[in-house]
Amino acid sequence: MTDKAATILVFRIVIKASAQAIWDAITKPEWTERYAYGGRAHYELKGGGRYHHEASPEMKSFGLPDKVILGEVLETDPPRKLVQTWHPQFTPDMIAEPPSRLTYEIAEGQGVCTVTITHDVTGAPMVAGMVPGGGDPAKGGGGWPWVLSDLKSLLETGARMPT
Amino acid sequence: MPLITAGGPYLGATRWLYIQLSLEYRSIRDSLTGDYMVTYHACVTDDDQVFKALADPTRRFLLDLLFQRDGRTLKDLESRLAMTRFGVMKHLKVLEDAGLVVTRRSGREKLHFLNAVPIRMIHDRWIDKYREREVSALLALKAELEDKER
Repeated sequence: MTDKAATILVFRIVIKASAQAIWDAITKPEWTERYAYGGRAHYELKGGGRYHHEASPEMKSFGLPDKVILGEVLETDPPRKLVQTWHPQFTPDMIAEPPSRLTYEIAEGQGVCTVTITHDVTGAPMVAGMVPGGGDPAKGGGGWPWVLSDLKSLLETGARMPT
Repeated sequence: MPLITAGGPYLGATRWLYIQLSLEYRSIRDSLTGDYMVTYHACVTDDDQVFKALADPTRRFLLDLLFQRDGRTLKDLESRLAMTRFGVMKHLKVLEDAGLVVTRRSGREKLHFLNAVPIRMIHDRWIDKYREREVSALLALKAELEDKER
């Protein structure tokens, strides 16, 4: 049997783009500010490297801190795999939770890439409730499905989805 | 499918979403003109696979099980259905091909996870788009009619 306490969420999308383009869109600030909730990701791309997500002006206007997500890079294999901790600083409840563990995997084949996010949210019920989405993206309820859908639109069409 | 009915009042989120999707899908389809079928056959997309996968009560039941608790084994899923292992595997294959289920190996076990991304994409790329167009057409009509009245 698997560990009952473990809570793992999986999100997958197929994108018509190179693995490198997807890798850049995830790890480079000039890309991350162009889709989903925006803001600039800052990665030290090596094991033990630091990570934080810099709030967009809009996020700051909602009273969110400058560094909205904190984390540590655990493993990198560009442009195929990135493992990190992911600790959103949105609310005091989330700050009180332990960091979650986030894995991006990019598999290239037949002119498309399969992007899989495996989010281990064990012991972090607030994060577990937030990242599956299902709510209104404009109110922060988009979760990974909306983020990935928007990333796909940006890379395939050069533009975001109209919101 | 007696076990599904036996599931009783539980209306899982996936099933709810499916009902929403199929209702909206039908209204979009009905609101389009006769060239709909032509367009449909000319353009078979991933969306078709998702709709096809959702158009079966057993498969929706499997998605509901994964919605309740993710990362289940075949054995676990199979125990909830009055169906052979092979039958369940066939349904899981359709769900996996449509991207609604993602499998991962964990030791000797193969675990099944619900992937909500394709449903989100149908919502974003499809339903929102047509709904917007219908609404804006109605708004334009309203503006035009009100203009004439003046």
